[in-house]
Parts: sequence; C-alpha cells; structure tokens
Amino acid sequence: MTSTYAHAPGFVAGDRPKIVTSRFEFSDSYTIERYLATNGYAGLRAALAQPAGSVHDEVKNATVLGRGGAGFPAGTKWGLTPQEVWPRYLVVNGDESEPGTYKDRLLMERDPHQLIEGCLIACYAAGLSRCFLYIRGEMALAQERVATALNEAYAAGYVGKNILGSKFSVDIVLHWGAGAYVVGEETALIESLEGNRGMPRLKPPFFPAANGLYGQPTIVNNVETLANLPWLLCNGSEAYTAIGTKTSPGTRMVAVSGHVKRPGVFEIINGVTTFRDLLYGEEFCGGIRNDNQLKAFVPGGGSAPWFTPDQLDLPFEASQVGPAGSMLGSGAIMVMDHTTDIPAAALTLTRFYAHESCGKCTPCREGGTWLERILTRVVEGTGTDADLDQLIEVGSSICPGDFPHASNADLGLSAVPFPYKMTTICFVGPSAYAPVHSALTLFRSEFEARVTTRKRIPVTAVANSTTGHAS
Amino acid sequence: MSRLTDANIAIAYEIIGRYPRPKSALIPILHLAQEQDGYVAEDAMKHIAELVGVTPAEVFGTASFYEMFKFEPVGKYLLNICGTMSCALMGAEELMHHAEKRLGIKAGSTTPDGLITLEHAECQAACTEAPCLQVNYRYRFKMTPADLDTLIDDLAAGKLSDEIPSHGVLATVRQRIPAERGVGAVAPEKVNESPEWLDGKSAL
Ligand SMILES: Cc1cc2nc3c(=O)[nH]c(=O)nc-3n(C[C@H](O)[C@H](O)[C@H](O)COP(=O)(O)O)c2cc1C
Ligand code: SF4
Ligand code: FES
Repeated sequence: MTSTYAHAPGFVAGDRPKIVTSRFEFSDSYTIERYLATNGYAGLRAALAQPAGSVHDEVKNATVLGRGGAGFPAGTKWGLTPQEVWPRYLVVNGDESEPGTYKDRLLMERDPHQLIEGCLIACYAAGLSRCFLYIRGEMALAQERVATALNEAYAAGYVGKNILGSKFSVDIVLHWGAGAYVVGEETALIESLEGNRGMPRLKPPFFPAANGLYGQPTIVNNVETLANLPWLLCNGSEAYTAIGTKTSPGTRMVAVSGHVKRPGVFEIINGVTTFRDLLYGEEFCGGIRNDNQLKAFVPGGGSAPWFTPDQLDLPFEASQVGPAGSMLGSGAIMVMDHTTDIPAAALTLTRFYAHESCGKCTPCREGGTWLERILTRVVEGTGTDADLDQLIEVGSSICPGDFPHASNADLGLSAVPFPYKMTTICFVGPSAYAPVHSALTLFRSEFEARVTTRKRIPVTAVANSTTGHAS
Repeated sequence: MSRLTDANIAIAYEIIGRYPRPKSALIPILHLAQEQDGYVAEDAMKHIAELVGVTPAEVFGTASFYEMFKFEPVGKYLLNICGTMSCALMGAEELMHHAEKRLGIKAGSTTPDGLITLEHAECQAACTEAPCLQVNYRYRFKMTPADLDTLIDDLAAGKLSDEIPSHGVLATVRQRIPAERGVGAVAPEKVNESPEWLDGKSAL
C-alpha cells in the first residue's frame, strides 16, 4: 500500500518499517498532543533511566550513520571529544540545501518534537550542555513549527532546567540562517552561528568535535540522524540493527525527483533497497514518466557523480556505491529520461555550485565560475571543441588526478572509484566539476554535437600564405 | 529608516541572552530589522552593532554574505522561482519566462508598483514537487504558468495577506524561553566542570 499525504507534500508512505516517519500519517503530527499520544518522549524517559554512558553505548551499538552526507557513525563521533574539556555543545544541522535533498524539512515541519527529543538524548549521552538548532533561513514553516514545539516542550518540562524532574538540564536554542548553501558544511555552520560570514574552516587540524563553536568541543549532527534516536531508545539497538544490513542498519529517507511517474520522499530500508526498486518499484516511483527510457540519474545529491542504467541494481550501501564511482550523500536521487538535454542539465548544477562558492579558495572561486561560463557557451551553441578540453583542464585544477565516474558497458568504460583528490577546503569546488565531468564522460557525443569544431590552419597553409594560396 | 523600535530592542536583548557570546545573535537580529523595515537599513545595522558590541562594518560584513538580507527596499512580495536541477527538468525555465513576461520585468527587479520582486532561486528542498517557488518563503508546488497567473492575481488582490506576510516577516512564531525554565547561557570560559548528569548514575 502506498499513499501520499496532502499535509506532507512529497511524502509517500508504504508498507515498510517507519523509524522517523511514523507520525506522518496524522495531519496534526506536529502537535505535542499527537506526539504524546504516539509514544512521544518515551525515548527520553528510557534514556534518563540509564546512566549517560550506557545511552552512548546503545547509540554506538546501533551504528547510526550520519544522514547529512558523510555517513559517519554518530556514536563514534560523540566519542571524539577531548577528555575533560567543558562545556561541549550540540549544533543541529537543519540547513538542508544540497540540490535534490528533501527530508530534513519534512522532519522539522511534520515531527518537530521527535527532533527535539533526539537532541535531548544526544545531549544527555554525550554530555553536551547547550544545543543550537540551526534551520535554513528560507524555511519559514519549519521555523514556526520548531519554535512552537520548543515553546510547548519548555512549558511541559521536557526542555530546560531539571528535565522531567531529573538532574539533566539543557537549553535548546532555535537559530536560523539567511541563505547560503555552504553554511551546511559543518565548520561554516559554526562560523555562521558565531555571527560571522559562513566560510568553512580548514580541517584538519581541528575537527569540530575537538574545537568547534567558541573553540569548544562541538558535535554537529544532521536532523535525520538525531530523529532516529527516540525510536532507538524505545526499541533498543538490536531492533535497530535488525533492519537493513550490518554496515548500513536502520532506514533512511530518500527523495526521488525528476522524470519519474511518482516523485516522492520515501523511508527505505538501508543497505538493501536498490536504485531499481526505487525508480521502478510500484511501492516507490513506479517507473519513468510516460514509460520513457532512463538516461541517467544522480544518486546522492547534486555533488555526486552520475549513474546510468548500468548501476540500477546497486543497493543503498556506501561500500558498493563508492567503488562504483559515486556516493550516497544526502539521500537525493534526480532522474533524467531519454528526452533530457544532458549538457543543459549539468549546467543547472554547475551554476548552483559556482554561485554558492564562498570565495575562500581560488580553484573553487575562479574554477567554478570558469566551468559555468564555458558550459553556458556550450549549451547556448557558441562553444568550440577546445571548450570541452578546457572544461576538463579547469576541473583538473580543482580535482587533480582521476575523477570518479561510473562504468558504462556501451562505452567500454570501467568505474573510477569515489572519492577524489581536491585542492579546495570543502566540497563545493569539486561539486561544481562533478556534473560536468560525469556528463562529459558518459555523454560526450551530446557535447560534441553542440560545439563547432575549429578548423586548425595547417602549417603548410601558413607557409604558403605569402603566395596567397592558402590550402 | 531606522533604528530598532523599543519592542524590537526588547526582543533583541532576549535573543542575545540565549548565546554564550553576543555576536551569535547577529543573524537573528538582522532578520528582526528586516522584519521591521522590509529590508536591512543602514541605521539598523549601526544600532545592531551597538546592541551586540561589534562595529557596524562587522555587522555589514556578516549580513552581506547572506542572500536573504536586502539592503534596499524590495517588493512587498519576493517571488523566488527555483531553477536548480529537479525544477529545471520539470519546466522551471518556462515558468521563469512566463513570470518575466507576465510581470513585465526581468528576474532581479521589482514591478513599478512595488508589489513583486522576482528572483532566480536555488534548490528549495521541495524537489519532488517541482517546479516550485516561494513567495516570501512560503511554498507553492508543481506550478504551471496558469497557476502562476492565479497566484499573481491573488497577490495583487490582497487575497493572500493572511497566509503570506509582507517581505521581512519570516517565522510568525518566536521561541520564548520562560525565565524559570531556561538554563541560561554562560560564557564558555566560566565553565570547567563536567555536566552534573555525567556522574555515572541514571538521571531519573
Ligand atoms: C558544502 C557542504 C554542504 C553541506 N550541507 C549540509 C546540509 O545542508 N545538511 C547537513 O546535515 N549536512 C550538510 N553537510 C555535511 C556536514 O558538513 C556534516 O557532515 C553533517 O551535518 C554531519 O552530520 P551527520 O554526521 O549527522 O551526518 C554539508 C557538507 C558540505 C561539504
Ligand atoms: S571550496 Fe569553495 S565554498 Fe568551499 S571553502 Fe573553498 S571557496 Fe569556499
Ligand atoms: S531543485 Fe527546485 S526544489 Fe530542489
């Protein structure tokens, strides 16, 4: 059974385990009444009934992979803070803006109390004494829903001083941005939270867990990552790891957009669900629109190298998607059918990353702009064949060496595994190149058909030019 | 315009009080100024600098990094049409052309009556509902050119003023931490002990 809910636009429910989307079926899922009526804050109670250390162990045992893009296990990250340095902070990354990504906004709008409960569990387990919940600036409704939920939770004694009458006290402060994609990068998020321009910090040497907000140990976690914790504390790590695979347990939210029959956000079983299931399965997208042919898809957000139908049978498992030449990233699939103008599609992504460069590193600031400008010429039909080489050359100054791409049987290409080398501080620079590189590698003929081939004047012609007989 | 009003000064102090360092309150207070005036006025930035304890140049330095802050008046409604991949695949370009034709302006400008400012926007985290747009950061999904015409008509007729406040007003609900419930913000250098609940025993 699948159904879409008018009150949760984009979400498609199915007969699958629901760890983070269990309340989406209710149109009042965001209210404290509904939350309390559906086991709300029971995970917090379960956590507070144990010493903080055993809650941390439970999260470690469950291997809750970070859902923000990098897939680092939350329990391990919490353990990376230096001993005896206080205070430690929690910063919640609700800046969702990676092209194709749509899940954190749903979680904040539809189930804000679940996120709040997740934050409380993390703070308790890892000894974090203040929590800052950073929501993307453009998400007015998410800000309203989370503000309302926080006001309710404070009034009911779930947040603030002596939570549920215990010795556990923590404030959750709602913070919001003002429009800048790069602020989603964790060190830029911290800069922004300190009231600065949101430019990433160089790391190493310092990772936020050691030196973050105000120079203190800081855990940065994604909204979906934290939303997993209430269920985990209620049901235990064994129940959690019983879903999915050993290396990718639990579920994850995935948005599939573009040329499919039923675009949607799905909570899928991690590690086992394949791209084919998602794109063609009846309980997911139900196939390509108008029964067209699939041409290509972006498997993990705009930054990810592209896949073609050859990769459809890969599961949602990082250890298989990486060697195949891409990444799972933020759970965002963008689908292109055979009618797609590939160079133009690549341009929409390259333009995004070029615009969102913070300007700190030259290869990203200049290279991204060059890529955008050259690709624009090619798309508009005024480029030359030399432009195609130039795209690769500029890209190589951002990412020297082989850039990852998928295998392709028709082209006789074998995969170059993810990740890549880079000359920039963060992934915005390489992300401007990823779509260009994938499109140009997998669909070169479409670019060649678009550009004029420059006539190279043969050397003899130059030699003869004095005679006036250029040949 | 203008320095912050007394009511907004009170809200600004409340916000500042939530952070271990006052400068962290800069972006939320810049939003407050934009809510008051529809844009971030120069006098407001000077005033914010006083409240937060930094220089006006630092305030502008931060503010100018972020796309949502406008330093000149914009239309009552800011119409942001998403043009990133998923929306582009589903007809965003056509939608933008239609908007430009219908409003008689290019993206990046404001209608002569000051009602609508049209802008290109990037992915709005609603990709499954493409093509989409925001009016003062309120969503409209799966938009056709005809839907856009209706939307513009409704905005002009004032039919949507309950749902969509004027530019600058973001969330209509503010967080309020009751004095008796809040833990309070402490500068990090004043804390050097582990939190009370890390004593190896359960908290309840
Ligand atoms: C350019 C860039 C943008 C990012 N944007 C986001 C984002 O919008 N939301 C998010 O949760 N993580 C984002 N990340 C990943 C964060 O840096 C960080 O890894 C993540 O928030 C950690 O949380 P997790 O371990 O729970 O996944 C971004 C990373 C980069 C390099
Ligand atoms: S890669 Fe680009 S966005 Fe990232 S720090 Fe460098 S200049 Fe800024
Ligand atoms: S691409 Fe338009 S909302 Fe994501």
